[in-house]
Amino acid sequence: MTKDYTFLGYRRENGRVGIRNHVIILPVDDISNAACEAVANNIKGTLALPHAYGRLQFGEDLELFFRTMIGTGVNPNVAAVVVIGIEPGWTERIVKGIAKTGKPVTGFSIERMGDLQTIAQASLKAKEYLQWASELHREECDLADLYISVKCGESDTTTGLGSCPTVGNLMDKAVAAGATTSFGETSELTGGEHIVKAKAANNEVAEEFMKVWNSYNDFILAEKTNDLSESQPTKGNIRGGLTTIEEKAMGNIEKLGKKSKFVGCLLPAEAPTGKGMWFMDTSSAAAEAVTLWAASGAVVHLFPTGQGNIVGNPIEPVIKLTANPLTAATMSEHIDLDVSPLLQGEMTLDEAGDQLLELTLRTANGRLTAAETLGHREFVLTKLYRSA
Amino acid sequence: MIDFLLHEDEDGVGVAVVDIKAGSSVKGRSLHGQATPELTARMDIPLGHKIALKPFAEGDTVIKYGVDIGKVVASIEVGEHVHVHNVKTKRW
Repeated sequence: MTKDYTFLGYRRENGRVGIRNHVIILPVDDISNAACEAVANNIKGTLALPHAYGRLQFGEDLELFFRTMIGTGVNPNVAAVVVIGIEPGWTERIVKGIAKTGKPVTGFSIERMGDLQTIAQASLKAKEYLQWASELHREECDLADLYISVKCGESDTTTGLGSCPTVGNLMDKAVAAGATTSFGETSELTGGEHIVKAKAANNEVAEEFMKVWNSYNDFILAEKTNDLSESQPTKGNIRGGLTTIEEKAMGNIEKLGKKSKFVGCLLPAEAPTGKGMWFMDTSSAAAEAVTLWAASGAVVHLFPTGQGNIVGNPIEPVIKLTANPLTAATMSEHIDLDVSPLLQGEMTLDEAGDQLLELTLRTANGRLTAAETLGHREFVLTKLYRSA
Repeated sequence: MIDFLLHEDEDGVGVAVVDIKAGSSVKGRSLHGQATPELTARMDIPLGHKIALKPFAEGDTVIKYGVDIGKVVASIEVGEHVHVHNVKTKRW
């Protein structure tokens, strides 16, 4: 393993570094999905991001919606954005939010125009953006320019033995090299929340983390109708040998590494304001969580899996690793890195961490992940409560 | 060849890293410690599932990763399969 932590990335107008160069067609609301998909079909190489929401949301749920939509457009893996909404008000709010970065963005609204004229005008703009983006060049960047998010899924006991400690090893190296990282999964830290608390950089951060976790736990205690033994651990976790939520949490927390402390707590989809490791309050559902991290600006995601979660994201490449030899053998097309030799001691944790770091830098250079080649583009908004 | 792993020497359970057959002699290794326990498996234990390294009585605490991961709800003999049928969270 070379200690050369450089790669070729896209430095955007605001200085942030991306590893992909997408032109996205972003619907403001569910009823604008069809127009966005038509534009992406017209202009080959652009990417529509259909989703289920954006109407009648209010309060904190609406704030999260705008943070997610604007953040997705702002993500440095995105070169330019076409926004399409049913009406101009919310469309413009998203356009203005993205435009603050200096990134090319144009909005279209369907009322008083209809789908067909909107699609024609938006397609012309999308073509202009795509040709412009195709001439952007990658330039030399450093690991310190990367914002890496981490979350595991379909965990089993091998996750805690191998794949999560491998991510933890990388996290220690990446944070030491000046990178920005983020972990989350508020619900799945349950059982190990005291251990996470002890990894906070100071008392203030520790108290803030406990406030977020307690708020989740109060919600569960208020809503649960049984002992959660059907839901946490999940059926997939149990099949893989995980017995209790505490055991699952201990495996999960291995991803935080041995040396790094987290420097702050983020709202869902909130961008970090500095380098180092951050906690984000996220769902533990894979597609929802990765969508939130992408919206916070993360450009690459590391995803340890035991039984074989297959999630991807349209704009943030998801690198999958497993330490389960059965999963590595039966689901090889989904797995980017097999660290199962850790189980027999045929590989050290440090070697596994170096291999993952090397693969992360190759992915940053442009190597497609398994999820990208298979077309996994799960873009799933987190909804806090019902609409007005 | 290693049949199961412990995270810490004080763990009362190991994780099978191969499919273990009932009646076989199995050998383990501690990831962060020195322990190298050897015992006889009393049941089939699939890869990823836990094997008891000591006897447990109902109400005992199970230690894995060096920490409490739940309580025993049905007694367990050395070499038996440890899972949702005999261990539960203490949380709810």
